[in-house]
Amino acid sequence: MGRAMAEAIKLRDAVAFSGSFPLLSGVNLAVEVGEIVLLNGANGAGKTSLLRALAGLVSITQGSISVLGYDLTQERRSVRREVGLLGHQSFLYEDLDATENLAFWLKAEDTRDDRIAEAFSRVGLTGRLLVTPVSKLSTGQRRRVTLALLYARNQRLWLLDEPHAGLDTSGRETVDSLILNASHSGTTVVFASHELDHARTVATRSVLMSGGAITADVKDQIEGGAANDS
Amino acid sequence: MHRFGQAHSRADQIQRSLGLSALVGMVATIWLGLFITPPDQFMGDLVRLIYIHPPLAWVAFIAYGMNFLASLAYLWPRTRDLRWDQLAGASAEVGVLFTGLTLVTGSIWGRPAWGTWWTWDPLLTTTALLFVLYLGYLALRRVPDDQELRARRSAIAALIAFIDVPIVYFAVLWWKSLHQAPTVLNPTTHKTYIHGSMAWTLLLGFVAFTLTYAWMVMIRYRLGAIETRALKTQISSALRDRQLEGSHE
Amino acid sequence: MIRDALHIARKDLRIEWRTRVTAYQVIPFAVVIIVLFGFALGPDPQRLEPAAPGVFWLAVLLASVLGVQRSVAIELREGAIDGLRLAGFDPAGIFLGKLCALSGQLVILEVLLGVVTAIVFQVSLASFWLLIVATLVATLGIVAVGLLYGVLLASSRVRETLLPLLFFPVIAPVLIAGTKTWQAAIAKHASTGLGWLELLVAFGVVYCCIGIVSFGPLMEDA
Repeated sequence: MGRAMAEAIKLRDAVAFSGSFPLLSGVNLAVEVGEIVLLNGANGAGKTSLLRALAGLVSITQGSISVLGYDLTQERRSVRREVGLLGHQSFLYEDLDATENLAFWLKAEDTRDDRIAEAFSRVGLTGRLLVTPVSKLSTGQRRRVTLALLYARNQRLWLLDEPHAGLDTSGRETVDSLILNASHSGTTVVFASHELDHARTVATRSVLMSGGAITADVKDQIEGGAANDS
Repeated sequence: MHRFGQAHSRADQIQRSLGLSALVGMVATIWLGLFITPPDQFMGDLVRLIYIHPPLAWVAFIAYGMNFLASLAYLWPRTRDLRWDQLAGASAEVGVLFTGLTLVTGSIWGRPAWGTWWTWDPLLTTTALLFVLYLGYLALRRVPDDQELRARRSAIAALIAFIDVPIVYFAVLWWKSLHQAPTVLNPTTHKTYIHGSMAWTLLLGFVAFTLTYAWMVMIRYRLGAIETRALKTQISSALRDRQLEGSHE
Repeated sequence: MIRDALHIARKDLRIEWRTRVTAYQVIPFAVVIIVLFGFALGPDPQRLEPAAPGVFWLAVLLASVLGVQRSVAIELREGAIDGLRLAGFDPAGIFLGKLCALSGQLVILEVLLGVVTAIVFQVSLASFWLLIVATLVATLGIVAVGLLYGVLLASSRVRETLLPLLFFPVIAPVLIAGTKTWQAAIAKHASTGLGWLELLVAFGVVYCCIGIVSFGPLMEDA
């Protein structure tokens, strides 16, 4: 269901709770289609919660939130299919291998689907790795599998929670190139990362979170800022 | 909030009058049941349990019925309110208490007739299963979690349990009826000829126990409401703290 | 919904095929239970034979709890359940898919267990059609309730201890009805078993419906 809009994401004073703990304490954010936004902040600032809320997994109890044209306070479930979330957990079935996982998650008829082969070659996974149970793969290799899935699904909004973590240099380059290419084809990307130097070469904008809200918003990578030292 | 010895609010007044009338009813039932009404031809003084056991069972069933309705009310989007969840929980707690008492009095009552403490009488067996079912429900309610989450979970668990009750009853009834051995005193019917003062006392018993149930549920419910209020203040202050956390960076 | 169900069922069965948990762990567990009951009730065939149906069903119920725990645990590793929500699988389809996959595994277990019970408890099984239909229907009801509670408790830290406590009282009618139909089958009085079969069908229908309707909301909290 394609909805034309200029803003991919718009939050105003969004609040979300987990029990009695406020995950988000009033987020204000607007992201346009095609932007690549770096989400920065200390641990516990609310980056993961924000990404999950944008994916429609966490409910916003106060304020407003609109993602890809969907009002998430009304129709949280509808947006999920159009959003690609890369979380801390891999969302993979460990007892199946990479190919079977992709076939399942893409709802493919069988494992010989072309999208699967193409996705794996794009992320640099080949040969035996494709038929090994995921439980036997390293963190970096699992990350590549989830990236392959992300690539194959080709959704309009990517929400990546520390996509570079645990990857070697070539892995990080793969992530970067995936992000850049996606952005060129119109995908909006929001990614959380601790690795500022590297992340900034990719992002067009940097946003700082703290205490469950956005505290700084900078376009076109400005250097440093004391905020990063906390 | 509540000055000792003074009823402040309407709720306090209702609670107080419920408690009083329940007390009066119970005292009257006990007095009538123990002293005024006659002993039974066959059972002797044991028949006096008729003023306690059926009312206890009746209240247990109301309690679970209430739990079911309150759970439905919570799940229904238009009437969703945590207070229904409180009511459901309070009713179930009182219900479990009364169910336990039903089992004990039923067992005591049946012993002289049956010769044993337990014979799988259909009603009593169903009650025993109800007891365990709702113990499980209460255990589920105690799992510490987000209030709304806990309420949703409990409500659905209540539905699953309640829908099972008629199925359990029929299953046990058929199961038992296949083995009905003829006995002089049919243990599945505690029927004695009820007349005159016994009938009135029995009715009084039902009323008194129902009032007691209502009183206990109200107390438990208000306790729960206080907990919820405390939690709400906790939540708003947590929100403020979190926001301050942001501005101190 | 059906397509999603097939997809999920295939996935669950494939995982089982890969890991053989039911085959190598749950089935032996159930067999051990039967043997232990044999020890508990004594070697006298007079005591064993009438107990056989009840013991069979108790072993099945105990194995079902394990099966359900496993079925739910698969989705909780690595957050697959969140993945299912995100991928837009129909929750009713997820329920039906897991229901079919787990029921299928349990049916295989029941066939093996039936043979073992017949041997250990020295009974002869006749009226096969009643046995088979009743067992199939009962299994669906058992798994439906199990999955409902399983997903209800998915986010709870005490799922392992709470699931049996909630599960077993609800499933008591199935135990009674299942035992009775097996007794009827053994005694070759198939007609007396029909009433019980109806109860099993009613139970199964009720809880499958509840599952289809409430799996979605339950998953949201998992």
